[in-house]
Amino acid sequence: MEVEIKVNGEDWALSVAPADVLLDVLREQVGTKSPKIGCERGDCGSCTILMDGRTVRSCLVLAVEAERHEITTVEGISFEGLSPLQDVFLSSNAFQCGFCAPGIVLSATELLEQNPDPSRHDVQEALAGNLCRCTGYEPIIEAVLEAAKGGSA
Amino acid sequence: MIAKEFDYQRPATLEEATAILVAHPGETTRILAGGTDLVAWLRDDAVAPDLVVDIKDIPDLRDIRMEGDTLHLGSLTTFTDLIESDIVEEHAPLLIEMASTVASAGIRNRATMVGNICSAVPSCDAGPVLLALDTTVHLAGPGGARSVHIDDWFVGLRQTALTDDEVVTHVTIKLQEHGGAYVKLMRYAGEDLAQAAVGIVVYPDHDYRVAFGAVAPTPIRSARIEEALAGKPLDESLIAEVVGMVPDEISPITDMRATAEYRTHMCQVMLKRGLEAAVQRLAGIGPAYETRLI
Repeated sequence: MEVEIKVNGEDWALSVAPADVLLDVLREQVGTKSPKIGCERGDCGSCTILMDGRTVRSCLVLAVEAERHEITTVEGISFEGLSPLQDVFLSSNAFQCGFCAPGIVLSATELLEQNPDPSRHDVQEALAGNLCRCTGYEPIIEAVLEAAKGGSA
Repeated sequence: MIAKEFDYQRPATLEEATAILVAHPGETTRILAGGTDLVAWLRDDAVAPDLVVDIKDIPDLRDIRMEGDTLHLGSLTTFTDLIESDIVEEHAPLLIEMASTVASAGIRNRATMVGNICSAVPSCDAGPVLLALDTTVHLAGPGGARSVHIDDWFVGLRQTALTDDEVVTHVTIKLQEHGGAYVKLMRYAGEDLAQAAVGIVVYPDHDYRVAFGAVAPTPIRSARIEEALAGKPLDESLIAEVVGMVPDEISPITDMRATAEYRTHMCQVMLKRGLEAAVQRLAGIGPAYETRLI
């Protein structure tokens, strides 16, 4: 099937089978490698992308379902340099291995768009579905709160 | 990746959707809404449909509205839609208390409440709450529309009253003054399936609804506990009486997430706290919805 998907502002016409999962198509056909292949069942959050501005698990979306929708990955929020949120993560050394980072950055981006002044609990809840293999949650939560204090995502 | 190949169709209307389902007799079809269960099951080979019918382009299925005293929730309503709906917050905050416990934000953005009761796993969060709210499920099929009371919806493990050529269009909940509670036991806060769950609704004049999740092949309602409570103000001896009935009302299993004994014990604790919270909420004296009760 031919599907048209907008990825990070760019229009793509892709040839996919109904059984092709969006995560695999993004990585293999579009070449967007920031969504990671983790649990592949929606539990770990490493494949998180924004679909029309809201986080979804790209391992649980068929590529054909993304037709006419706008996909944003970490690459897409970094065209004009790092976002303020990413800057805080960088300056506070909030990630260790970084495998969970794209998913966490996008989940936190969605949170700060929906709720610019989150409580610690709000941050924990927003990131609950993003597992950090290094278990470095404290600096991650601190970084999101710090970014919120700074005013924008 | 998904090993099994299948066809995919995305009808634009309900009529088209049921026509597609009718036109494929004898084939295995699956309806796709949020896909958070279906795509995982496809990957696991737990289901192997010949045809997947994506209903997300059908516009009529997205509505959240009040019709008089009845809440209408379209079948494409996601858990995030519930959480963010002013109508739901005003009229049925119990649904938000339930929805906010479902998986994680990224799943709630996609997963639909109706999909949750169509997947019909024992731990489905919507089950106990929709049972306690006396929900009606509305379906469209080749013979027209029909409705099924939620008591008749769950017919077995992962089995519902939905037939192969039908689509759920919406659910309706007739609302009156009530207090409710959804108490969910999880291994850790934030993101887990229910190890056990209790859904409670209390109406004025001591009229109670009590349902359980994850402690039987389907979400279940306890008519015996409701009868024992009926017409009586909640006090310590009444709570003790119905808490004592719990072991006979549920049939939990032991699995990797909890033992049967632990599930039974915690259902008793959760029934007590849920009843107390629901009665207090009916009286307008809190605890606020979404306050963790365990």
